[in-house]
Amino acid sequence: MTETQQARPVDYIAETRATYDGLGYPPYQWVENEGPPPWTPAEVPLEEASVALLASGGIYQRGQRAFHFKDDASYRVIDTSVSAEDLRIAHFAYDVTDAREDPAVVFPVEALRALIAEGSLGSITPQAFTFMGGIYSARKVREELAPALVERVVDQRPDIALLVPV
Amino acid sequence: MTSALSITRSVGCPRAAFVDFPLGHTTGRKNEPEMQKRLIKNALAAFRELERPGEIKLLGERWSDDEGWRENPMARKEPENDEASGDFRTPRRDTPQYQLAADRAEAEEQHRHGGCGSCVGAE
Repeated sequence: MTETQQARPVDYIAETRATYDGLGYPPYQWVENEGPPPWTPAEVPLEEASVALLASGGIYQRGQRAFHFKDDASYRVIDTSVSAEDLRIAHFAYDVTDAREDPAVVFPVEALRALIAEGSLGSITPQAFTFMGGIYSARKVREELAPALVERVVDQRPDIALLVPV
Repeated sequence: MTSALSITRSVGCPRAAFVDFPLGHTTGRKNEPEMQKRLIKNALAAFRELERPGEIKLLGERWSDDEGWRENPMARKEPENDEASGDFRTPRRDTPQYQLAADRAEAEEQHRHGGCGSCVGAE
């Protein structure tokens, strides 16, 4: 499928700009990275690959501290054997109604386990990592959260990583 | 995976799979495990299909026949906010925002004797 065949995707950059303009705020500063992104060939077949899961939808587990809403750059470590009933959501920037009813819409650990069971994916790392993506400081993400997550993910020795933003 | 095409393009990432759904459903519709599995499988296939850095695979799933969700996609009703102000954003509280009151009690109990090791940066 080519992009032109798709029904007009919502342009969230334009929507956010319009909202901020309407409130009389200075323009929201989006991260714009120039040039081609880094590229590592995926050499391990999916049927043998170990996948790491990272999700920014504000998912936490019962017994863990919930995220707060003011530039929270902390993260949670969640065992990928977790039961869906033990997952919770705290996020201010999207409608969390469906995610609270079925966390799989933002944290697809069950779908990954199902793909492993049917043989189309190798395995999932023991731990997944979650955070609350509504962080207004790009510096905090670039200098603190992202490097910490990279280190944790690499420790899990995955072949590929699946990022699920909201 | 992403449901915000313009943001993903702006940030730039090695590979992406676009899910044209309302925010908060990046990996599918609620309570539809088969559909969720299909979405993830098609997204993961991008690892063998995409060959150029920054390329985005469009997953051909449709949210609904009713395209009304695309109107005012970011407007959320917040009971505490003054509707007349047009500001629908949630107040930026700096204390943990638990889904359930019971979660708070459980987390406090869990952290009574120090950090649990899994709430990194929040203990």
